[in-house]
Amino acid sequence: MEITLKTLIFYGFALMTIGSALAVVTVRNIVHAAFALMVTLFGVAGLYVFLQADFLAATQVIVYVGGILVLILFGVMMTSGRLQMRIHIERGQLLLGGGITIALLMLLLTVIANTPRWKNLSDDGTEFAPTTSRIGELILNEHFLLPFEIASVLLLVALIGAALISRKEVRD
Amino acid sequence: MSDILPSSLFIQIQDASGNWASDFAENVIIPKIPHLPVELGTILVMLACAGIFVAVVPLLPLVLVLAERKVAARFQNRTGPMRVGPWGTLQTLADGIKLIFKEDFIPPQGDKLLFLLAPYVIFACSFAVFAAIPFGQNILVSDFNIGIFYIMAISSVIVMGVIMAGWSSNSKWSLLGSLRSAAQIVSYEIPLGLSILTVVMLVGSLGMKDIVATQENGFFSWLIFRSPFTFLAFFIFFISSIAEVNRTPFDLPEAESEIVAGFHTEYSGMRFALFFIAEYANMFAVSAIAVTLFLGGYEGILPGYDFLGGFPGFVIKTLGLVFLMMWLRWTLPRLRVDQLMNLCWKYFIPISFFNILGTGVWGLIFKTDDIWSIGISCTIIYVGLISAYALAGRVFSRKPAPQTS
Repeated sequence: MEITLKTLIFYGFALMTIGSALAVVTVRNIVHAAFALMVTLFGVAGLYVFLQADFLAATQVIVYVGGILVLILFGVMMTSGRLQMRIHIERGQLLLGGGITIALLMLLLTVIANTPRWKNLSDDGTEFAPTTSRIGELILNEHFLLPFEIASVLLLVALIGAALISRKEVRD
Repeated sequence: MSDILPSSLFIQIQDASGNWASDFAENVIIPKIPHLPVELGTILVMLACAGIFVAVVPLLPLVLVLAERKVAARFQNRTGPMRVGPWGTLQTLADGIKLIFKEDFIPPQGDKLLFLLAPYVIFACSFAVFAAIPFGQNILVSDFNIGIFYIMAISSVIVMGVIMAGWSSNSKWSLLGSLRSAAQIVSYEIPLGLSILTVVMLVGSLGMKDIVATQENGFFSWLIFRSPFTFLAFFIFFISSIAEVNRTPFDLPEAESEIVAGFHTEYSGMRFALFFIAEYANMFAVSAIAVTLFLGGYEGILPGYDFLGGFPGFVIKTLGLVFLMMWLRWTLPRLRVDQLMNLCWKYFIPISFFNILGTGVWGLIFKTDDIWSIGISCTIIYVGLISAYALAGRVFSRKPAPQTS
C-alpha cells in the first residue's frame, strides 16, 4: 500500500480516537476520562471529514464537545469539589458493558459490510461536494421528517421536565 | 488587494483545488532539493504556513493590549504607559519579556497534567478560528464550504480549556470563575448561533466567501441593511460575542473584585501570557467575524471601488469594532449573574427566534435583493430607530416616583 500524506493523517486520527477511547474506559479519574473523551470526539470528527461529511464533523464538535461534555464536567464540578473522585468498577458492570459493546460491534460491522460504496476523500481534494443542502433535503422530506419531529418533541418534553423539576421548591 | 502582502505562503491560490501545498512543494521545493519526497515537502510547506500564521497573529495582541491601555487611560483622563519607547509603544513588549522570565508556578495540590495542557487548548482553539476568516479576496487560509459553522464548532471548544484551567488549579476562585464562564458561554452560544442563522438564511450558504460575495454592491448591500431582522441580529450577535469573549460588562468569569482573576488566577509567567494573547486574539476574531457576516467583509462602501475595502478596509472595520468593545469595557459596569442570564434567556433568545421567523417571511416576500427590498428594509430600520429613540426618551425622562419612607 502506498503511503500518502492522506493515509498518514488518517492513521493519526485513528490512533488518536482509539488511544483516547481506551484512556476513557481505563482512567479512574472521572475528569481525566471526560477530557480524554474530548480527544476521542475530535478524532471521530476528523474521521468524518475523511468520509466527506464535513458538516457532520463540525456538528459532532459543537454538540458533543461544546454541549454535552461541558454539561458532564459541570455536573462533576457541582457535585464534588474534591480532586480525587474515583470510579469504581464492579464485575457485574464489566459483564453488562462487555455484552453491550459486543452487540454494538456486531451492529456496526453489519452496517460496514452492507454499505456498498464509501464516499472517501479523494486524493487531490477536488470532489469535496457540500453536504449541507443534501442533509437539509433529507431531513425535511418524507424519509426522515417523522424521526426529526419526534426528536424535537422529545427534546421539548425534556426541557419542560427539567424546568418542572428545578422549580419544585419554589412552588411548595 | 493581494498585493498588500507579498505573495506569502498562506495566501490560497484561487483554483480551489485544495491542495496548493503539494503543488507548491512539487513546483518550487522539489526542483531545489531533488531527493525530497513530495509528501515530506508538502508537510514542510504546511508547517511553514502554520508557522507564519502563528508568528504573525500574536503580534495583534501586542498592539491591542497597548491600544486597550491607551483607550482606558483616555477614558479615565490619564496618559497610560508613556515611559517605555516613544509614547509607551514598547510597553507590551517589555511586559512580554518580563512574563517569559517569570517563574512558571504549578499548584502542588492541583492536577499537573491538565494544568499544563489548558493554556494550549485555549490558545490552539483561538488560533484555529483564524483559519476560516477571509481577510481579503485571496487572503485566507482555507475556504471551507461550512466556514461559519466550523468557526462556531472550534470556538465552542474554548470553554473546555477554561474548565480545564479552573478545575486543575485546585483553587476556589479558579473553579468559580470557570463555572461562571462555562454557564455564560454555553448560554450565549444560543443567541449567537441563531443570529448567525438569520444571515445564513438570507445568503443560503455557510461559506465565508459566499457570505462576503453577496455584499459586494456597496454600503446598502451589506447584510446588516438587507432586512430589519439582520439589523437586529447584528446587535444580538455583537453583544453575545462580547459575552463569549468574557469582556466587561460580561466579565463575571474574571471579575477581579469578586473572584481575583477567575479561571487563570493560579497561572503565572508564559502560561498566563498565553491566556492573555488568546483573549485579545479572540476579541479580534469575533470582531472580524461580525465584519464578515454583517458589515461587508472585505468589500468596500462603493461598488467597484476599493475604498474601505480589501485587506486594509477589512482591518479598519474590524479594529473599529474592537474599539467599540474597549469603549464598552471602560464605560459600563459589570452585570450581576441573574441579570446576565435574564438578558440571554428572556430577551436575546426570544428576539432571535422572532428574527428567524421574520427572516423566513422576508425571504419568501423578496426572492432577490433589489432596490425595493433594500429600500423597504432601510425605511423600516430608520422608522424603528426613530421610534426607539422617542420611546427611550420618554421612558428615561419620566420622573421617579416619590419615595414613601
